[in-house]
Amino acid sequence: MERPIRVLVAKPGLDGHDRGAKVIARALRDAGMEVIYTGLRQTPEQIVEAAIQEDVDVVAMSILSGAHNTLFPKVVNLLKERGVTDRLIVGGGVIPEDDIPFLISSGVEAIFTPGTSTKDVVEFIKTHVKRQ
Amino acid sequence: MYNEDKLDKILSSYQNWEDNKIAKLIEKFPERKKTFTTGSGLEVKRLYTPVDIKDIDYEEEIGYPGQFPFTRGVQPTMYRGRLWTMRQYAGFATAEESNKRYKYLLEQGQTGLSVAFDLPTQIGYDSDHPLSEGEVGKVGVAIDSLKDMEILFDGIPLDKVSTSMTINAPASVLLAMYIAVAEKQGVTTDKLRGTIQNDILKEYIARGTYIFPPEESMRLITNIFEYCSKYVPQWNTISISGYHIREAGSTAAQEVAFTLADGIAYVEAAINAGLEVDEFAPRLSFFFNAHNDLLEEVAKFRAARRLWAKIMRDRFKAKSEKSMQLKFHTQTAGSTLTAQQPDNNIVRVAIQTLAAVLGGTQSLHTNSRDEALALPTEDSVMIALRTQQIVAYESGVTETIDPLAGSYYIESLTDKIEKEAMEYIKNIDNLGGATKAIETGYIQKEIQNSAYKYQMQVESGERVVVGVNKFKIEENHKKEILKVDPQVEIVQKKKLQRLRQERDNVKVKESIDMLVEKAKTDENLMPYILEAVKSYATLGEICGALREVFGEYEQSVIL
Amino acid sequence: MNIEDKILAGDKIACARLISMLENNEKEAEEILKKLYEKTGNAYVIGVTGSPGAGKSTLTDKMAKKLREKGFKIGILAIDPTSPFTGGAILGDRIRMTDLILDEGVFIRSMGTRGNLGGLSKATSSAIKVLDIFGCDYIFIETVGVGQSEIDIVKMADTVVMVLTPNMGDDIQAIKAGTMEIADVFAINKSDLDGADKTKFEIEMNLDLNENTDFRPKVIKVSALKNKDIDILLDAVLEHKDYQMRTGNFEKRRIDNVKQEVLDLVKENLINLIMKKAVENDLLNKLAKEVYARKKDPYTAKEELINLLLN
Repeated sequence: MERPIRVLVAKPGLDGHDRGAKVIARALRDAGMEVIYTGLRQTPEQIVEAAIQEDVDVVAMSILSGAHNTLFPKVVNLLKERGVTDRLIVGGGVIPEDDIPFLISSGVEAIFTPGTSTKDVVEFIKTHVKRQ
Repeated sequence: MYNEDKLDKILSSYQNWEDNKIAKLIEKFPERKKTFTTGSGLEVKRLYTPVDIKDIDYEEEIGYPGQFPFTRGVQPTMYRGRLWTMRQYAGFATAEESNKRYKYLLEQGQTGLSVAFDLPTQIGYDSDHPLSEGEVGKVGVAIDSLKDMEILFDGIPLDKVSTSMTINAPASVLLAMYIAVAEKQGVTTDKLRGTIQNDILKEYIARGTYIFPPEESMRLITNIFEYCSKYVPQWNTISISGYHIREAGSTAAQEVAFTLADGIAYVEAAINAGLEVDEFAPRLSFFFNAHNDLLEEVAKFRAARRLWAKIMRDRFKAKSEKSMQLKFHTQTAGSTLTAQQPDNNIVRVAIQTLAAVLGGTQSLHTNSRDEALALPTEDSVMIALRTQQIVAYESGVTETIDPLAGSYYIESLTDKIEKEAMEYIKNIDNLGGATKAIETGYIQKEIQNSAYKYQMQVESGERVVVGVNKFKIEENHKKEILKVDPQVEIVQKKKLQRLRQERDNVKVKESIDMLVEKAKTDENLMPYILEAVKSYATLGEICGALREVFGEYEQSVIL
Repeated sequence: MNIEDKILAGDKIACARLISMLENNEKEAEEILKKLYEKTGNAYVIGVTGSPGAGKSTLTDKMAKKLREKGFKIGILAIDPTSPFTGGAILGDRIRMTDLILDEGVFIRSMGTRGNLGGLSKATSSAIKVLDIFGCDYIFIETVGVGQSEIDIVKMADTVVMVLTPNMGDDIQAIKAGTMEIADVFAINKSDLDGADKTKFEIEMNLDLNENTDFRPKVIKVSALKNKDIDILLDAVLEHKDYQMRTGNFEKRRIDNVKQEVLDLVKENLINLIMKKAVENDLLNKLAKEVYARKKDPYTAKEELINLLLN
């Protein structure tokens, strides 16, 4: 039996706009994945701890407040510090094109901006998940 | 509106048209789609005729502007008397920079201020709180204490402008700061005009910047109602907001229903707190979204006005007409803006502006084209403001009142949205009211279902979003956008540090202790919050003290 | 360090990994558990069940916090249904346990039911073992109390807390019909709502009817959200624990559970073996067609399948 991909869908930072995160959570579920949803106002430390305990394959984060340059890389780094490097990390939200190269170079593997189809997100995760 | 004979005639001629003209034609040339719907998914007929509005009584349901049920507008002369207030929501970085932007906007002909606060401020954390990391000054201005507020309004006479503040959970604290700044300017509180959003229920539903649990939040809100009815009589004490509910993905009818259900909950809370309905209800105001489906939106605004008037008269037995008037601010729909081909957003905003104006809004914020990318630049804000001015001065829609009334489609749609909203309100009543319906997740679930359905329609191509799933082009995204300097967080933290050293910390402690004491009683907290603010206690200290007494809300998520 | 040593050393990453391996039915995982099995037997397992929205997660969160204050190490397994159509699931119980996340002494794991009959209880009991080995003193299993497979899971607990809310109306009937007897403690959550006393009364009345009186479950009113009377609830749980230890019921219950577990494993294994052979030579399909055509009866078909194994 093929195992489901496990994804942590998290909202780092303080913004409460979770429409996108919830739509993504449902779309991933409908694509057969197990989605662990964290709710609002998660610190990078909490996200990393949840990712570890839930042994997820993917950490998907959404930020609409502009705090992405601080918070996304912090999650990547904290995971690295714990020796966890085999997870796919993706982000989404209102993120200016200019910031994307920096985020990618910090270890976030894809940034999904407004207008992205959920199918593309599902496809990206399926093809880029690192653990078999 | 028509007599029976006439209606029969119309009915038969309509049938005739369908049978003879249409039936044959669509056999050869089928219509574009099997079913046509509004932006919210309500079915739309091929043609509307007097038959569709035969049950609508003109005097009872449509009536006259400035008169019950206010379907045609709350003021008797509407825009012939005075145009709506053009109010651009702005604020970012530090108080100094936002102050500059306000002065610029006032010079450009804007007629009211609208303050955007950053998220730490909205959630009652100081800029140096661990959770504030990366958020300081990002989506609005960072306010830690009265010091920042003094800078924010420096050189802006508070007896001359009306100020809207998008602040909810800590609304009492920010209002207290505003009052304190006014006092320093020598302006008495009875001259202050403006609005605080102060709508906690929609924070639980859709926006997420809550702090305290419902009961305690409701107490703070009714404290403000009471305080302002005595001392700040021109202040709109709440802006009951459907805007964020719609942004979260609701339909137009859900927007009306959930907003008015929240409104009902506030009125009930105030009555339970011992206030007379006509004492506070005239100061309630609303805040709606203006979406792309122009005609549906106009119908929505009209339905909301009519339904609220009926609720206030029949359910709460309000006597004053002012209590029955649904006055509202509108913002164009952020969720309709696309990151792709962002200049197209100017057109969307123009349509939405028309919807708001044809719907009879009292004030309007128009979004900037680049908001799906980042905070708007000054140029973009200017275009957005100009869009309002073009509608106001060039389009001609302001010259008569409620110009779309009487359209068979508009009246029928107004009626349909009102009925659907009433159905939702009934469900919410059955669950024990808005607060309970939020706690069980009912409202959130309904919104999520609509949001998901919408997304799937976009992805299947059933719903076209220009530039996103049709008419796409390769484009270079490197547009000029506004960035908040990361230095802002550091500067703001330093300012805060200095304040903590320079102020009279004994006085701060006394005022906070007093507030904590009073929070445990039933007393109105406004005077004590005002005292704390004046002693330069920080927002985080004040909210922190109240967190200790009240506890914090735990999100109710149903997925 | 290998994964066994890492878990024994308290490594959360290894602990999480092993649970996944067991959930995914990886052969290697069973071997690891064989080696570590002697390290189990220290944790006390508390099942928390009740209808959706009753407040199980919040209540679990609050009880866990109280036990943490006493210095115990806590494991939490939160189980939510998997969609039978897509195989996916949204697991959202963590939302209500946010402030436990950074606590060193707490391990929280969400599990989807993954729709495989029997598989769920196997995965859960494996996860319990891992957390036991990991050093948890108390393990909570939180699950919606509907459906046989979920009842089976709850039965793995040493104490079962049934969470109810006031004014459930028909729900009470349902609970009476199916799951009343598995509860060792009743928690009436949202005690500030009208009707809490009435619900308590109704349950007490039902308990009065129960002939089996050597242990009478306590019915406790609590408010998880307001963190009210959690102590009293926890005392009732611990009282049940004492009772079990004192009377030898604990041992009896655990031995019963082991019996069931071993039988389930045997069943699963045998069926797998038979299926493997039956699929190899397409026997099952052939037999089914013959039985349908009345050339054979199902009883003979069964014998033929079992014979596959014996030969």
